Amino acid sequence: MDILPILSTLRRHKTTAFLVIVEIALTCAIVCNAVFIINQRIDRIHMQSGVDEQHLLHIALTNIGVTKDDKARRAEDLAALQQVPGVVSVASVNQVPFGNSSSNGSIKLDPKQRLATLNATDYFGENVTQTLGTQLIAGRELHADDYMDMDQVVSAAAAKDAKGIPHVTVITEKLAHRLWPGQSALGKQVYMSDFGFTVVGVVKELIRPSIWDDSAASYSMVLPIRVANNEYIVRVDDPKNRERVLKAAVAKLKEINPHRIVLKQHLLSNMREDFFQNDRAMTGLLVAVCTALLVVTALGIVGLGSFWVAQRRRQIGVRRALGATRRNILHYFQTENFLLATIGIGVGMVLAYGINLLLMVHYELPRLPAIYFPVGALLLWTIGQLAVLGPAMRAAAVPPVVATRSV
Amino acid sequence: MFGYYLDLALRSLRRNKILTALMVVAIALGIGASMTTLTVLHVLSGDPLPGTSATLFYPQVDPRDMDGYEEGKRPPEQVTWTDGMNLLHAKRADRQALMTGGAVPVQPAQANIDPFFSDARYTSSDFFPMFKLPFLYGRPWSESEDNAKARVVVISRTLNEKLFGGKNSVGQTLRMKDSAFQVIGVLDSWRPTPRFYDLNMESYGSVEDVFVPLTTARDVHFEHSGSTDCWGTGGGDDDHAETSPCVWLQFWVQINGTDKVAAYRDYLVHYSQEQKTLGRFQRPPNAQLPSLMEWLDINKVVPGDVRLQTWLALGFLLVCLVNTVGLMLAKFLRKSGELGVRRALGASKREVFAQLLIESGVIGLAGGMVGLLLAFFGLWLVRKQPSSYAALAHMSMGMLLVTFLLAVGATLLAGLLPAWRACQITPALQLKSQ
Repeated sequence: MDILPILSTLRRHKTTAFLVIVEIALTCAIVCNAVFIINQRIDRIHMQSGVDEQHLLHIALTNIGVTKDDKARRAEDLAALQQVPGVVSVASVNQVPFGNSSSNGSIKLDPKQRLATLNATDYFGENVTQTLGTQLIAGRELHADDYMDMDQVVSAAAAKDAKGIPHVTVITEKLAHRLWPGQSALGKQVYMSDFGFTVVGVVKELIRPSIWDDSAASYSMVLPIRVANNEYIVRVDDPKNRERVLKAAVAKLKEINPHRIVLKQHLLSNMREDFFQNDRAMTGLLVAVCTALLVVTALGIVGLGSFWVAQRRRQIGVRRALGATRRNILHYFQTENFLLATIGIGVGMVLAYGINLLLMVHYELPRLPAIYFPVGALLLWTIGQLAVLGPAMRAAAVPPVVATRSV
Repeated sequence: MFGYYLDLALRSLRRNKILTALMVVAIALGIGASMTTLTVLHVLSGDPLPGTSATLFYPQVDPRDMDGYEEGKRPPEQVTWTDGMNLLHAKRADRQALMTGGAVPVQPAQANIDPFFSDARYTSSDFFPMFKLPFLYGRPWSESEDNAKARVVVISRTLNEKLFGGKNSVGQTLRMKDSAFQVIGVLDSWRPTPRFYDLNMESYGSVEDVFVPLTTARDVHFEHSGSTDCWGTGGGDDDHAETSPCVWLQFWVQINGTDKVAAYRDYLVHYSQEQKTLGRFQRPPNAQLPSLMEWLDINKVVPGDVRLQTWLALGFLLVCLVNTVGLMLAKFLRKSGELGVRRALGASKREVFAQLLIESGVIGLAGGMVGLLLAFFGLWLVRKQPSSYAALAHMSMGMLLVTFLLAVGATLLAGLLPAWRACQITPALQLKSQ
């Protein structure tokens, strides 16, 4: 197919051709970036938590009055929860994955370091990893004799008494990797406000309860500290029993001590849903806008194509009369569209890259992977060809006799 | 002439119904999406206290130790108990309030209402006059009640309806965490957007239901919620919150007059130096005094997603407009013959231009109206969203006008180029080619 005649025709319709190119370029640039964001959000929604979400329940209560014997009450609650049919394991904790409230601390690798290495979250509570169902990949779990009580730890910390503070910890694989790349974390020391902790175990994954920065989402530590916060996680034997166990567990807790209020009672899988609901809404919105953009662009091409065909009816008739086949006419319009789309895509790619740079600066988005460029190009070429097919077929259907008619 | 051009425009638009519909729908979608997102952005980035916000400031000092010190970094976002109390009692501003968030168990007198948890604000007395809180019944507490750790409470209109059936409950007793409080005031509806005074809580959430003097709240061990940042040996537990090196309180001041603002800033530097001499502060004095709107800006309260959505919608509108320009241009150029005849019969370029512009204006008007409906629909969808600001997404009169002007303006602008191009034809040539 000779493209020179097409180019010379387009030169006569500079403004219109220019507008089609601009439209395709803008659509290409916006859609590439939007799809990139959509993929980021989908990755986020499917983030691994490292815990057995389908088997877990979360219950948080609060005392109405001032209580003194928190530890005895915790023991009573734990024993009662353990008795509820369907319960496999229970832990009294300070925070839960997807719970949005978290306790965080700065970690140093050397106590003399002036700036902290990073910020990690701290999970407390006896049996917490076993109940959550994290996967131990190196070392050991925390033992009962590693554990100390929270109130004692607090007073020991205030008195700067290192003996009253636990000295072992279990951390996540990603945190270990970040702190000591390429080395085994076991036996290494981390420091939190002058107190050293030896890493004795590494778990595959344990997500933070609140995530500000996706790259730090797995920076979690488990410290052997017992807490009595009226907050419990419960592991059930079968996901089918979760609702029933939750109801029975809450009833049991209220029965033991009615002078308290249930703040939260959730299936962990529902907490996950809630946690990512904004990402889900944003994904839906972006998909809708991308679809609308592509449809508008396609309809624009259809509209312009139709105009051009109507405008060139006589010209097409003459070509047909001079021996051009229907296929020739069809190809003419398809090639014309291909040319416009190609220029549009070229400009669009540059624009997409520019928008991505802006997003990187203002929204901390990563760089647009190169794969988006060929895929985006292919998508717009396909849409362009599909959109022009209708008008092109109508053009091909113009009979040669049109050439002999006057208007 | 206008009537005639309008008639011509309508005729021309009717002749090509699908194309007209396409242009109108494209504009409507663009306008609808842009206006939905712009309205949300406008609501979220608004001034929470119009008229007062310019006099409100958020003093910050840096009481941390040298650990992790970097020059030029902002002080902590909250204050310690000691600094908060020092600044509060110094009374260097026209009004000042020290506060923090919490949650309290409310024990209704009625047997049929189970005890429940309410969000609460523990604050000193100036909170009410400083932020101009509207009272339905009663009054705020006074400074002397602050000092006396009085068992008094101000409740929200919602809580008053729930507990006292909306009647004047001043003088009634409200039990919270096994302590009895006397209701001294009931607030009228008040929802500053964003909820600027404590950005640790949901920035667009509703205002707390229970207000108690800060000193009282500490006395009866009400639980603190929000952020607690500690350094050194600070453990962050509630029992030692007065003495531990932790920031967990918000301190706001009202200063009327710009010269006094500079004086207050000097005072904060002076205070920091004094504390350093005393050995409490270790870092070089780092005092900041952002105004309310600056404080919102520093904390980036408007969610990033909302900004991103606005840019996306504007990009979409741009594509829709380019699309419309293209279609309109093709259409006008196809009418060259008709325009040639009109020109030959004596219509000036100007008149032809006006005629074409009216045609594009009609499309803009139609697109704007449909777009407005779409924007209402879009806002309805936003309100169905889970985010805390969802309920605030309402169209205001101002935004309504902006929508309309945007729609018509955008399309007229989009019609300019095609109309101008179509005017450039030579009448004789057009007539000949027929």
